[in-house]
Amino acid sequence: MGVEIRVEGLTKSFGRQVIWQDVSLTIPAGEISVLLGPSGTGKSVFLKSLVGLLKPDRGHIWIGDRDLPRLPESQLYETRKLFGVLFQDGALFGSMNLFDNIAFPLREHTRKRESEIKNIVLEKMEMVGLLGAEHKLPGEISGGMKKRAGLARALVLDPEILLVDEPDSGLDPVRTAFLNQVFIDLNAQIGATFLIVTHDINTARTLPDNIGLLYQRHLAMFGPREMLLTSDEPVVRQFLNASKVGPIGMSEEKDESELEAEAKLGHDPGKLPPIPPQQMPSNGMLRAGMHAPGAWCAAHGVTPPPGSFVDDLGRNWVEEWPRYVASMTPVGASGGPGAPGGRFPGSPPPGRPGAGAGY
Amino acid sequence: MSTPDTGIDAGRRRGRKGGGSSARFRKVGDGAVNVLVKEPGRFFALCLDTGRAMFKWPFQWREFIQQAWFIVSVTVVPTMLVAIPFGGILSLQVGGLIRQFGAQSFTGATAVAAIVREASPLVTSLLVAGAAGSAICADIGSRKIREEIDAMEVLGINPLHRLVVPRMLACAFVALFLNGLVSVVGLMGGYFFNVMLQGGTPGAYLASFNAIAQLPDLLQAEVKAFVFGITAGLVAAYKGLNAKGGPKGVGDAVNQTVVITFMLLFVENFLISSLYFQLVPSKGM
Ligand SMILES: Nc1ncnc2c1ncn2[C@@H]1O[C@H](COP(=O)(O)OP(=O)(O)OP(=O)(O)O)[C@@H](O)[C@H]1O
Ligand SMILES: [Mg+2]
Repeated sequence: MGVEIRVEGLTKSFGRQVIWQDVSLTIPAGEISVLLGPSGTGKSVFLKSLVGLLKPDRGHIWIGDRDLPRLPESQLYETRKLFGVLFQDGALFGSMNLFDNIAFPLREHTRKRESEIKNIVLEKMEMVGLLGAEHKLPGEISGGMKKRAGLARALVLDPEILLVDEPDSGLDPVRTAFLNQVFIDLNAQIGATFLIVTHDINTARTLPDNIGLLYQRHLAMFGPREMLLTSDEPVVRQFLNASKVGPIGMSEEKDESELEAEAKLGHDPGKLPPIPPQQMPSNGMLRAGMHAPGAWCAAHGVTPPPGSFVDDLGRNWVEEWPRYVASMTPVGASGGPGAPGGRFPGSPPPGRPGAGAGY
Repeated sequence: MSTPDTGIDAGRRRGRKGGGSSARFRKVGDGAVNVLVKEPGRFFALCLDTGRAMFKWPFQWREFIQQAWFIVSVTVVPTMLVAIPFGGILSLQVGGLIRQFGAQSFTGATAVAAIVREASPLVTSLLVAGAAGSAICADIGSRKIREEIDAMEVLGINPLHRLVVPRMLACAFVALFLNGLVSVVGLMGGYFFNVMLQGGTPGAYLASFNAIAQLPDLLQAEVKAFVFGITAGLVAAYKGLNAKGGPKGVGDAVNQTVVITFMLLFVENFLISSLYFQLVPSKGM
């Protein structure tokens, strides 16, 4: 079951260039969070800080009761075993073929027999659609394939925390949709805490439980999906609607004259588009981190834009939800991995009161 | 649920750049501090960490053997090709000089002194720095920019233990052998030039060789070679691990590796030679 990541007052700079400062957020255990931000705002740097590859100037990163930036090296390596990380470029070992790349963590950290390793590796390769490419070298495959191989490698040890840097860059829309489904299913299965950096607005709107936005060296906002999708904050609104109208320009910030011109033209950000229903696991499981659709809006007196939570088939998920939950017998209700048991809305897990139903 | 909502306007400060000449001075000052203090400091830290990683179990034998073989393959032929003319030139130069003093019979002795004590560690160092060091740096540097090193760390594996230690030791190990090789090939080259071209007698060459050569000559040369190998491996690893800015960064790192290694090796050579002459008395004749 995933681990919570608590970040407090994190600041990072390279020389005099401040990348971001005073970032505080709590990434809830077992939920899927997405981190957005214009190119170059330090999302990759943030992920690397979370695994202790870069040392922040100030602040804390609490993984359980361990403060990552202040851990001695031996404990740092130990803590990192909780993580699976997919780097922006896949970061495969160039001298090994895909099979060996994906088998690498298993061979290093487990005492499994070669036949078991083979089974696990092939299973993960099938999951990301790479069967048949086992013997290719990283130099011989496409960018999207590298991404998927990197993901498979990040997954073989069943991590508690999965950090993914732009899974969808260099991937076609169909593959992206499949990969998103893989993320949802995986989250249901292993219940890990996911943090996904993406530029794909569709992914950001439908995949996560929480969304964060980095902008101008600050964390502009972090919170439940419905909170950001209904937010009036101009930056959040512009970003989540991929709009030209708003404070973000080509060079990160529009200057005064541009904003004035925009105001004169009477550009208005327009009505909020409906909140799409969240993607569901395909394997008939319920994710522990999942919230009832519309729950946040209801709890905070926000009226969701008309047409929200309605899927392609015209079903309204706010109404559909209780029926859906009732129809899903949690797999292995005794509480094995991927068996949320009584953990979904209605009966929150101990230690995190109110998860799902009424935050 | 804690969802801190930092307002966007909270501290929207823009870093103002310092203006004009003071900024330039600051830049120069920063650069000087960086070169004189920070870089050597970081390098030293890496040396210590590598030293610690060296005693961690299990030793990476496979990597060590592969790397040693690789270094041998890129250095042996050039080493021999450099060593033969080196021995020859020394014989010619020194032999000519010594003949003018009327002491031909000592050509063998000078060849030993020059080749075994100084020339062979130097030739070794040239090749270790130029061929092995640059290859190691390019390898580690390209892994660094492809984020392979980061990936390794995230997978809980210490790259110093996995990559640097075997390479450094392979470098030192091969340097030992190269040094022996250069001594032998250089002496044979010297013999050839002295006996065949300068009309020296084989007997005199060997006799004076015996008169002046002693085991510590060879030992100090081997010590030098070992130290050179370690140094070259460490510098290459340091530069490689700090490569940044894409393929060009790797190119720069390789370039700097070769230059820095050369300089360090010449300094070390000087230090060890001075120590040797202080510590080991010359053989009486
Ligand atoms: N090792 C480093 N040394 C110096 N500066 C760095 C380093 N790594 C990143 N930066 C700087 O940090 C900033 C943020 O980089 P980062 O890669 O995190 O952006 P990003 O948000 O991931 O962008 P993208 O969406 O394009 O991937 C950039 O301005 C970059 O120049
Ligand atoms: Mg990035």
